[in-house]
Amino acid sequence: MKATVHVFLKPGVLDVQGKAVENALHGLGWPSVKDARVGRVIEFDLAETDAEKAKAEVKTMCEKLLANTVIESYRIDVA
Amino acid sequence: MKAAVVVFPGSNCDRDCKVAIERSAGARVEMVWHQETALPDDLDLIVLPGGFSYGDYLRCGAMAAQSPVMKEVVSAAAKGVAVVGICNGFQVLTEVGLLPGALLRNAGLKYVCKPVGLDIVNGQTRFTAGYGEQRQAVMTVGNGEGNYFADEETLDRIEGEGQVVFRYQENPNGSARAIAGIVNAGGNVLGLMPHPDRAFDADLGSEDGAVLFRSIFQSA
Repeated sequence: MKATVHVFLKPGVLDVQGKAVENALHGLGWPSVKDARVGRVIEFDLAETDAEKAKAEVKTMCEKLLANTVIESYRIDVA
Repeated sequence: MKAAVVVFPGSNCDRDCKVAIERSAGARVEMVWHQETALPDDLDLIVLPGGFSYGDYLRCGAMAAQSPVMKEVVSAAAKGVAVVGICNGFQVLTEVGLLPGALLRNAGLKYVCKPVGLDIVNGQTRFTAGYGEQRQAVMTVGNGEGNYFADEETLDRIEGEGQVVFRYQENPNGSARAIAGIVNAGGNVLGLMPHPDRAFDADLGSEDGAVLFRSIFQSA
């Protein structure tokens, strides 16, 4: 299965990169852009074929390494 | 009097730390590669130095926190050995869970490199006892991700327990409550963004960092 993990700073944690991107978009003529957030996407293949089991496995990976849950939240997609 | 400096791929203050500890405290310093699965015997101090361990991949300090030697550092910390994480070392200590909170990208987005004035908030720790009546210190910061973050509850707790050790006089990076350095609840693990290893000789502009290293061995 293919796992895709999206990691973003939690709401309430200042995302200075997102702010900078937002300001740049304003400068380029999109003044309506709001709440830009910059995150990261991690993709990998898994031997597991059961989606639920795969998701549980990836969740453990997120807690241990892929996200720092003090500051980040994550979303897992397996397909 | 014996110290170990852990060397990760991408550490760049490891030699500075060795020289700083030798000259400030006269201690013997061994360099320990990150792949080691054992630490030297009878250590009084373990230092995680500044730099860009593993190229800051994933998050600052995240990969270093998973390296073999860190299991040994965590177990030495549990036995009460003094551990100091400076800059990237502080990031590693939060990633491995020895210290609360995390370090975010600087609020101003810029890498900040300059001497900073610090208030010594807690002069009773084994790292700061040597400052005596001195309540201020000057050290250099050099970081892009030194913006200390923790939730309000954690901040209240560490303030209440005296775990905030150093505070910036002028906050250079947006750190919560201007926190520059903290200790763990046990008082034997210190993380700080300013570099005592760049402030151990008058020729470097400050000798205040030398006091920190000396303190550790005086209390050992």
